[in-house]
Amino acid sequence: MSKEPENNCAGGPHGLSRRGFISSVSAGAAASTALREANAASFQVIEAVGTVLPIQLKINGITRKIQVEPRWSLLFVIREVLGLTGTKIGCERGECGACTVLIDGKPRYACMTLAVEAQGQEITTLEGLMDGENLGPVQQAFVEEDAFQCGFCTPGQIMAVEGLLRRNASPTMEEVRVGLSGNLCRCAAYQHIFSAATRAAERKKKGGMA
Amino acid sequence: MSHYYEEMEESFRNSFEPAPGPVAEAKIRPWEKTQLVGKGVPRVDGYERVSGAAQYTADIVLPDMLYAAILRCPHAHAMVKSIDTSAAEKMPGVLAVLSGKSPGADLPWYGGKAAQSKLFDTHCRHEGEEVAAVAALTPYQAADALRAIRVEYETLPFVLDPAAMQPSAPKLYEGGNAVGEPRIVKRGDVAQGFAEADVVLEETFYTSVQMHATMEAHGSVAKWDGDKLTLWDSTQGVYDGVLFGAARALNMPFNKIRVICKYMGGGFGAKLEVGKYSIIAALLARKTGRPVKAMLPREDTFLCTGNRPEARMTLKAGVKKDGTLTALQLTNLSTPGAYASGTSVGYQVAELYKCPNVLVSESGYYSNAGRARPFRAPGFPSGNWCLEQMMDMLAVKLGMDPVELRLKNFTEVSQTRQVPYTSTGLKECLLQGAKAFGWQEARAAKKSDGPVRRGFGMAAGMWSGGNGSPPYTAEVRLFVDGGITIKTGAMDIGTGTKTVACMVAAEELGVPLESVRIENADTAVTPYGQSSGGSMTLPGLIPAVRKGAWLVKQQLLAWGAEALGVPAEDVELKGNAIGSRSAPDKKKPLEELLRANGVMDVIGIGNRDPNPPKKAINPFGAHFAEVEVNTRTGEVRVVRLLGANESGRVINQKTFHNQVFGGMTQCLGFALTEKRVLDRQTGKMVNANLHDYKVPTALDVPVQHQVVAVDPQDTECNLVGCKGLGEPAHIPTASAIANAIYDAVGVRPTHGPMEPKTILELLAKKKRG
Repeated sequence: MSKEPENNCAGGPHGLSRRGFISSVSAGAAASTALREANAASFQVIEAVGTVLPIQLKINGITRKIQVEPRWSLLFVIREVLGLTGTKIGCERGECGACTVLIDGKPRYACMTLAVEAQGQEITTLEGLMDGENLGPVQQAFVEEDAFQCGFCTPGQIMAVEGLLRRNASPTMEEVRVGLSGNLCRCAAYQHIFSAATRAAERKKKGGMA
Repeated sequence: MSHYYEEMEESFRNSFEPAPGPVAEAKIRPWEKTQLVGKGVPRVDGYERVSGAAQYTADIVLPDMLYAAILRCPHAHAMVKSIDTSAAEKMPGVLAVLSGKSPGADLPWYGGKAAQSKLFDTHCRHEGEEVAAVAALTPYQAADALRAIRVEYETLPFVLDPAAMQPSAPKLYEGGNAVGEPRIVKRGDVAQGFAEADVVLEETFYTSVQMHATMEAHGSVAKWDGDKLTLWDSTQGVYDGVLFGAARALNMPFNKIRVICKYMGGGFGAKLEVGKYSIIAALLARKTGRPVKAMLPREDTFLCTGNRPEARMTLKAGVKKDGTLTALQLTNLSTPGAYASGTSVGYQVAELYKCPNVLVSESGYYSNAGRARPFRAPGFPSGNWCLEQMMDMLAVKLGMDPVELRLKNFTEVSQTRQVPYTSTGLKECLLQGAKAFGWQEARAAKKSDGPVRRGFGMAAGMWSGGNGSPPYTAEVRLFVDGGITIKTGAMDIGTGTKTVACMVAAEELGVPLESVRIENADTAVTPYGQSSGGSMTLPGLIPAVRKGAWLVKQQLLAWGAEALGVPAEDVELKGNAIGSRSAPDKKKPLEELLRANGVMDVIGIGNRDPNPPKKAINPFGAHFAEVEVNTRTGEVRVVRLLGANESGRVINQKTFHNQVFGGMTQCLGFALTEKRVLDRQTGKMVNANLHDYKVPTALDVPVQHQVVAVDPQDTECNLVGCKGLGEPAHIPTASAIANAIYDAVGVRPTHGPMEPKTILELLAKKKRG
């Protein structure tokens, strides 16, 4: 993926996402004619109907121009429209934390944020913590501490820890627990997640190194 | 479709007495010393799980893909009189609408003798039954279309509780609401046992309906290529669950359906069979000629994908003054909801302790609520709840230490089968657990008389599964550069199966862990593996992996011996070459060796050998809890937990610890906060979401949580000496917490979950005397 600040090829999942499933050449064919006329620069596959708003979202440092319906959640746009499926869908009503992203550096539930609301803000997803193919310090700490089982809540847990450490570089165990209390883990890998948060704090202090 | 619980039980039974077949390779000996197995290593798929590269079913996004939504009955009991989908069909973005009348959608579903129903059944027996479905360009449009479908219902009287057994109760089925005949397990003569006892106690217990609440919802993505179907499905079993189920439902050959589930966001038993959503996705995809994604909304998962059924238990126990059990008698009444599913809880009562006289009688009734499914050790936390609180009551009555009472009744012989266990670590779990917990010191300490009281409790448990059995196949493939790839149809549902498989192959072949890769859970590519259930994936699959690796090694050694002119025992694999141990200058590149034998890789097909005859293979555990009970508010805080578990050989310390922490925490939720609430006025579930249905959060888990791994050095159970852990790690925790509450405040919370209200009522009752 290009690191240019602006990317007009807004549609993600079908060939543009570095973690997309299928590298498809037929993506454009799926877009409706009407949509292509409306936004010739976009490969967007998910079609917006009714009131369609052109918006710009800055995600992981790249500005993406897309067409959305006003009711589309940021979560839907990130995952299904842009194909950044590192952010998970758990409940779509702000209860589980699986969709946690950073908005201007703070952990937020993407399911409770409309895409149109997120304009003009810095959105960071799990993919944005990577350095190329290398894991970021919080991600690395989660692997080392075995801080997950099924792994489905893990992106949200990682983003919650990332957000916590950005505002508090040396959290106490109580602060870690409170910082993670908005993220459910049904496998209940909590003890290892706490250890990972502590290890991640150490890593970050050493500039990302263990 | 099917009754997985019953099938699972059948599978347990079959695995007890293996069918005649190939005898285990006598030459495969237990490892004497291990290099890698037994260490704590990070998962081989850790990178994928933390980077976003791991692709769950919910993450599948295909070109041209549509989104399905399912219309569900809003009533506890109703008949569908008519469905009008005409308005929905005309809505923007809607490409297909499906109901029971649609061509190819009139499919039989829940089988069973009494309970017959269809994919879309006009008789809706509980809230949330499937009525119609749509496929649209976006999930938003699909939801819009559902609202435009007009359904006329005739609402019917409903029944939720044991009143269902009365003749006047609303009937779910023409034959009545009884679920078959009572299930009886009998040993000896309980009347005689109670007559011989010095102390006889009887108590009634209740456990509530617990929901699986997996983080990834149930769902499926279906894509057709001509007559071939691919299903990405959030499942615990690509073969037994989805492939065989979908092939039956759609009347298709197995090799025309490809089921893939490499990553799965939590199952706990709720994802053991093909879902209606999977078939609905397939039908909509066929109708539209486009891929269809059908992920259930969170609320739907609470209504329609399973639960741990409630249990109304009465347990009577007889014991001699010295603590010897003389008789145990259990009755249990439960409901699987509207369709058949297992509700038994009695196994541990008949099995955990040496007891000559046992009578278990269990019965069930249909009710207008979501169907039960296996939930992590089905029946066992509930059965443990009554048995292990009763053991605590007996210990109090006898003035005996609870750990001592359990040791007194310890057995090395399976009570229900009357054959010895290959190993039982229960005694060591009790002893080592008590020591690490500081049990005696804690119980001897003086109690505070302030408003917050501290208490200590423990409970033991065992699991009927955890043995593993054939069939499982693991393909182990050696590349000419020394790299290994394992292929298996078995799942890794988050327990770390893939990692231990790689560790075991690396151990057997003497290669570094980094040289081993695993690909799993794709029915078009990977050989058969059972569903992940019963804590049987590890003990089922891993011996097959070892055997596959061993076969590769045998082939290499034979060819190597021939090529190098040395005995096979002297040959070793060294990176991308084989060499002689005694004469290091004698070596040959693998590529040269393999080409000379007409191949470019060596493949070992490891099949799972039968279990040893006339032996029982079971995992055990003992859990300890420290609680604080606020006598003013009724709040219970679990401040410390210790899990001592014996599941045979510990292969990976990290995933072993993680599994015990997780299993115990899930049972902590069962103990304190988790229950399905049905509105008595409407029969509808009122807490079908993750806010009102309370699973443990980061703030609910104890600050101190310790694991004691007991390894019995079992060389009999299978080629690796391992047993399953996921379920036994979950079973006795709630009972230990309940016993700790009794120790703290002197009231016994027999009815779970132990909410503040319950504790306050019990305290008030005690005060009144």
